[in-house]
Amino acid sequence: MHELSLCRAIAGVVKSHAAGRRVEVVRVRVGALRQVVPDSLTFCWTLVRDHEDMPTAELELELVAAEVRCHSCGQLSEVVSRWSVACPRCASADVSVVSGEEFLVTSVDVV
Amino acid sequence: MGRFHRHEDGTEHSHDHTHDHDHPHEHEHEHGDHSGYATGGERIEILEAIFSENDSRAAVNRKAFEDNGVRVLNLMSSPGSGKTTVLAATLDALAGEVSIGIIEGDIATDIDAARLGGRGAQISLLNTSNGFGGECHLDAPMVGRALAALDLAPLDLVVVENVGNLVCPAEFDVGEHAKAMVYSVTEGEDKPLKYPVMFRAVDVVLLNKIDLIPHLDADVDTYLASIREVNPAATVLPVSARTGAGMGAWFDWLRRFTGPIERTSLT
Repeated sequence: MHELSLCRAIAGVVKSHAAGRRVEVVRVRVGALRQVVPDSLTFCWTLVRDHEDMPTAELELELVAAEVRCHSCGQLSEVVSRWSVACPRCASADVSVVSGEEFLVTSVDVV
Repeated sequence: MGRFHRHEDGTEHSHDHTHDHDHPHEHEHEHGDHSGYATGGERIEILEAIFSENDSRAAVNRKAFEDNGVRVLNLMSSPGSGKTTVLAATLDALAGEVSIGIIEGDIATDIDAARLGGRGAQISLLNTSNGFGGECHLDAPMVGRALAALDLAPLDLVVVENVGNLVCPAEFDVGEHAKAMVYSVTEGEDKPLKYPVMFRAVDVVLLNKIDLIPHLDADVDTYLASIREVNPAATVLPVSARTGAGMGAWFDWLRRFTGPIERTSLT
């Protein structure tokens, strides 16, 4: 049900930019630290797009890896854990998330 | 000769090409004015955060709160964590000291709102069942509608009791100044690892039902370590809303949150 909420929010952004034109493609950038399951988002989109009057709109996902800058060892590292953002090199929790929290509509194709 | 087109909407037309046909006619045509072509669309660059509409509505809510000098806490948890019991104890403890309003998010019933009634707080009930079959979270427009039922001017604190859910509420800013969650020990010590977005988003965690620890396989330190792994900065308060153990620290946190001195440092 989370993905259903997200798809409705996506549709809201798309509609405000499409201004009534038919939407063919919706491109969404998703960071690895969002709790988004790509398959679930894609499935929910097929429900929401009909409800939101854009039945031809295909969803394209661009997945972004999570990276953290560690304040202890100074390294920039990709985080592979699904839940911890601790530095993978030195295990410090004193980190800044550099990427992985993205969730935005990057572009749409309309006709 | 003409080139025939049938569009997806059923309309048809033809138009002329005036070039010689001494080669197979298989090349791609670049036409500039065929609105029915699926390939003839326009790409609109957007780069807009998916929550931007919600966030702008949250800013409107926040301004309404701040214009009235009200501090707002977004209280989240899974169903059955003891959120409403915590709130009832909080209203009783701070009665006459902190003037509190509650925005009560509930999918379909007024059970929670009824439990909080008669304790001196203003309560605005927000049923979410008129959404997509029952919303799983409160968003900024919903909270904006709930504000109409509150007289903000005399209030010090508004607590938004979100819908019981560890996933969706973490994504939606409703105009609060801090996020808190109630996390009961009976949910298991692995929950921060399974729901990191919410645990990472909150400023304070009430680790509730610690009176039940003797019946479980884990001790409080296990839960604390699990929370710390995901959110090293959060304030974590082990409490039992049922027995009152540890609740004084929570009331003190709320006093600091609503008090004038530490307002700037908590935002």
